[in-house]
Amino acid sequence: MTTAFTSEIRDVGGCRITLKRGGAGRPLLYLHGASGAAQIQPFMQELAREFDVLVPEHPGFGASDEPAWLDSIHDLAYFYLDLLDQLDLREVTVIGSSIGGWLALEIAVRNATRMKALCVIGPSGIHVPGLGKGDIFLWSPEERVRNLFVDQAIAERLLAQTPTPEEQEIAVKNQFTVARLAWEPRLFDPNLHKWLHRIKLPTQIVWGDSDRILPAGYAAEYRKLIPQARVDIIAQCGHLPQTEKPQEFLRLFRDFVAQA
Amino acid sequence: MNVLLFHLMPYADLDLNEAKNYQTVWATLPNRLYDPKKGHALYNRYLDELEYGEQLGFDGLCVNEHHQTAYGMMPSPIVTAAALARRTSKARIAILGSALPLRTHPLTVAEEHAMIDNITGGRLISGFVRGIGAEYHIFGVNPTFSLERFQQAHDLIVRAWTEPGPFEYHSKHYHFEYVNLWPRPYQQPHPPVWIPSQGSRETIEFAAHPAHKYTYLQTFSPIKAVARYLQMYKDVAQGFGYAPSPRQLGWAVPVYVGDTDQSAFDEAKVHFEVFRNTYLKMPFEMLLPPGYTSRESMKGMAAAKAQLTSYLDTKSAMDMGMFICGSAKTVLEQLKGHAREVGFGNLLTMLQFGTLPADLTRRNMERFAHDVMPELKKASRAMHGDISIA
Repeated sequence: MTTAFTSEIRDVGGCRITLKRGGAGRPLLYLHGASGAAQIQPFMQELAREFDVLVPEHPGFGASDEPAWLDSIHDLAYFYLDLLDQLDLREVTVIGSSIGGWLALEIAVRNATRMKALCVIGPSGIHVPGLGKGDIFLWSPEERVRNLFVDQAIAERLLAQTPTPEEQEIAVKNQFTVARLAWEPRLFDPNLHKWLHRIKLPTQIVWGDSDRILPAGYAAEYRKLIPQARVDIIAQCGHLPQTEKPQEFLRLFRDFVAQA
Repeated sequence: MNVLLFHLMPYADLDLNEAKNYQTVWATLPNRLYDPKKGHALYNRYLDELEYGEQLGFDGLCVNEHHQTAYGMMPSPIVTAAALARRTSKARIAILGSALPLRTHPLTVAEEHAMIDNITGGRLISGFVRGIGAEYHIFGVNPTFSLERFQQAHDLIVRAWTEPGPFEYHSKHYHFEYVNLWPRPYQQPHPPVWIPSQGSRETIEFAAHPAHKYTYLQTFSPIKAVARYLQMYKDVAQGFGYAPSPRQLGWAVPVYVGDTDQSAFDEAKVHFEVFRNTYLKMPFEMLLPPGYTSRESMKGMAAAKAQLTSYLDTKSAMDMGMFICGSAKTVLEQLKGHAREVGFGNLLTMLQFGTLPADLTRRNMERFAHDVMPELKKASRAMHGDISIA
């Protein structure tokens, strides 16, 4: 049985974003990564059995506005604090993937009073010398897809789909915003590492052991900066465990939530 | 017509067999393939060629800025322009151009250009560019801010050149408490500004703006594209309410003059094809990072992508008017024809390209200067009168 998600356009201080919402229970905010959140994915459906799942498209992505004020990840973090206020969400569990994980951390170091727990999946946001990242901006579109997954069958399936002109346009828009947020410094904020200790929430760090964008070695570095965090490394998995190994991811996430 | 000599200073001693193992000679080609002893010889050869250009009567000598590439050995055109400043006395020196958004402190561009303008007693032509896509990968400058950094750096430089200091300057990307340029430029109100481009509406609107009226140079493009973009400049200027002078329009093109059409083709072919298919080649993602061009332009890039990745032979390049090659008579006729149809007042000839060796480069320069340039200038004078450099 699948849960129906509603989709609305929400105006936050003059910036309109799309917000999909489904399920019932405690609120769960999913913060997407570089490729946006145009679709409700199977793992979101699963989460909607237990949670009131909110899936916004960040300003600058998908069908959401591109506000003139969007210069950095910090602007997005403050935007989400405004959104949480507007929705008056309390005790929110936040899941953030990739750049969305970085965003979740930037929000949490600023103000975590509306948050209950934090799960970050392969988050960018810090720099560790010697742990080389993939150059997502130099890869061809095909390499970008292939390098997301260990299981190349998933990549093949995605590559076999011919995008509509609208989807192509959105891909270019998303890519623009990713560059705006993460081009330089590449996928990190040089100040974030100094303040991650302020996150006192129950925190889970999930990483695919074969992540080709941000190597799994980052998980241990994050653990040093957020000492209470638990780290779950998923075997034979790339940058998007929630897509590539959804059952494994959900099992670990439920376990984390039960303990939190 | 002003006829200038444009040099890219390629690393012509590149091991082409080794280079084949890499996608591009830009940004990621290992620098162990650069030999400083060969570089020393090439720099001096190329500077000699530019200096010889003055003796041969070229109106200007042009240098440009590219980083971490075998395509050109001029990460700083300031260095080459400065080297020429004291070794020449008549020719204009054109920096085409300084890549403004790549500078953290664009005030240094205002200073360095002003120094060369002072040393040469006002022979500088300033050029401003955005820098190409690869350079955003190299420098880490965010390409989505490229256009606004360019505009703000430009405003700062022109104000620094023209307004009494000290004054404060604040814009989104640059903040200076004391703008107070020493030295001020020799030319008043400031050196001419030329804008080289591969063609974009944003750039043309900027150059043609009545507050600027900068000379727009279409670089290395098929003649149809040259005609289209220079026409766009004229239309945009008309939209602003004025008719542009031919001095505002320029074309930069590789040229090779041989004894006969056939010998010209035979001599130039291999060197031109290395230029076009090895030195210019780079992956699409390197050439056009996100935000470097407007979203609208990005959409229509599929065609550009195909062209970029396909091998272009010399004959096709000649047919498209991307390369002017033949006997002096042929070259003269073609250039006269294009000048008549397209109406440019500045021709920037690239007489060394790719691996073209010293002896062929010299002969090319001499044939062009003796057998093409005087007649071309005469024909242009009949069409457009004398054209100042401004």
